[in-house]
Amino acid sequence: MAELTAFHAPVAKAEKAKVARTSNRRRRAIVLAVVLGAILVAALVAGLTMPPEFYASDFSQKQQAPSAAHWFGTDFLGHDMFCFSVRGLALSIVIGLFASAVSGFVALVLGSVSAVCGGWVDKVVLWLADLLMSIPHMVMLLLISFSVGGGTFGVVLAVALTHWPSLTRVIRAEVLRIRTGEFVAASRAVGKSDLWIAWHHVVPNVLPQFIVGTILLFPHAILHESALTFLGFGLPLDSPAIGAILSSSMKYLATGAWWLALFPGLMMVAIVLLTFTLGDEIKQLTDPHTVQE
Amino acid sequence: MSARSKFIIKNVIRVVTLLFAVSVITFALATMAPIDPVEAYAGSENHLPQEQLDLIAEKWGWDQPPVQRYCNWIGGVLTGDWGVSVIYNRPVIEVVGERFLTSLALMGTAWILSGVLGFVLGIVCGLRQNSWVDRIIKGFCLVLAAAPTFWLALLALMAFSVSLGWFPTGLAAPAGMRAEDVTLAMRLHHLFLPALVLSVTGIAQITLQTREKTIEARLSDYALFARARGETESQFTRRHVLRNIALPAITLQFGSISEIFGGSVLAEQVFSYPGIGNAAVTAALRGDIPLLLGVALVAALFVFVGNMTANIFYGVVDPRIRAGSEAIDG
Repeated sequence: MAELTAFHAPVAKAEKAKVARTSNRRRRAIVLAVVLGAILVAALVAGLTMPPEFYASDFSQKQQAPSAAHWFGTDFLGHDMFCFSVRGLALSIVIGLFASAVSGFVALVLGSVSAVCGGWVDKVVLWLADLLMSIPHMVMLLLISFSVGGGTFGVVLAVALTHWPSLTRVIRAEVLRIRTGEFVAASRAVGKSDLWIAWHHVVPNVLPQFIVGTILLFPHAILHESALTFLGFGLPLDSPAIGAILSSSMKYLATGAWWLALFPGLMMVAIVLLTFTLGDEIKQLTDPHTVQE
Repeated sequence: MSARSKFIIKNVIRVVTLLFAVSVITFALATMAPIDPVEAYAGSENHLPQEQLDLIAEKWGWDQPPVQRYCNWIGGVLTGDWGVSVIYNRPVIEVVGERFLTSLALMGTAWILSGVLGFVLGIVCGLRQNSWVDRIIKGFCLVLAAAPTFWLALLALMAFSVSLGWFPTGLAAPAGMRAEDVTLAMRLHHLFLPALVLSVTGIAQITLQTREKTIEARLSDYALFARARGETESQFTRRHVLRNIALPAITLQFGSISEIFGGSVLAEQVFSYPGIGNAAVTAALRGDIPLLLGVALVAALFVFVGNMTANIFYGVVDPRIRAGSEAIDG
């Protein structure tokens, strides 16, 4: 008995470490989600309810380096860059949430329909995804927003229409995998209905993939929104949007106003980084393949 | 017919139909734009009489229905006449070709740099998982992946060109110089910073993926067996890690072409680098539809060529694929 325990000790230890790691990871994911959620809500509330005089131009305060009064400095028109950036971030977040939700929904529908129907439907969906991925993203974004004359609508449309292919493929593959799985065959053998199988097997298996995929679409959406705006096709260039702020900061680079570009960009990087990390943590938690690591 | 030629024919048909669809979609999108091409050409403040405007529309074929215009355009594209750029008043194929070559220097440098560096860094991280080297490189990559390309370009421009003055603030050659007087050194000097920024944005993904694949190889059963046989780490890396991650690395490297193209649109904008991305933005901003269409076609072709090269490489690198194609043959 003693020998057996000694022999099994390392395994038990490894098992314990695995459980500890998973619960650590769960705790970390929850903390991350709470922090990210708090930041997003704070940015949205502050940005969207901010009285206009907070980000109005004040020529007596123009081109100032960061200080206690103006944390991020002021620009050449005397906008307070902190308030301006927070408002810009809120706009980006709204657009990003909307575009990633639409993209995620499209991916969910196309992916499951493609997997369930098979045949020519499947072929058409895959072909469409192929088609969209064969033009560089940036060019496609430019073309779509060009086709509706730019503006906010153009950005949302462009970002929503270009981000679904990869997630569609993931969901399609997952649904196919489950449909052909042995547990589904077993359920069918004991006489469960298609609806029962869909609800008890397909949904719980696809849901994590869908949620992670949609969370990971969000940072891409806000990065692409700011890029389009930066190029002059997105939100109007005089609006407080991160892309627009960075685009106008480019004209004043030679004056040494480094704060115009640095801080608004950093805010965006922080949001994107947090979302990436959160998506990754959830992925590791829900994906059984990474448990062995 | 052998399996290989069947495979090639199938692929060619697939590429041709996709390219055809790309041309239809880009044309439809560009034509849908609420931009009056005549106004874009003549300027919105023109005081030309209506007959003159009609003549302009007739000269460029803008008075015809869209389907007719598409047929004219695609017919021209196939015979080498890509139309005339409205803003440069030169054949689109000339403008696009010239711009593309300029961009190719930028994209090529960045592509090779990010591929090689990302591969090496990824292996180093994977072999030394959770060491401080791994943590630093990984953290750095995560931040880089989260940063918008144009923001990094702006910061680089600010730090190295404006503050330190090491590099020029833009363009591909000194302004106001005759093309034949520009030396290679000058071109490289102008190329360095944009290429660096562009490669840095590509490195993150390649490093992280290579790292993951290396870790996967290290934790595999064949790794355990190799260690049991007494292979040293360098032997194991050479014999097993490199061979197993070569294929995903190639997939990723060629897949990144489309991303590099997109990044170069942004980097070229910041560095006023006269490449094809810059042409795309200018064309879209000023309503130069023929040029925009030309750029979109070249971009799609570029990605296709990249994907096909990757497919050919698979055969060279992966013995299973070579064996597979011959096995089907019999």
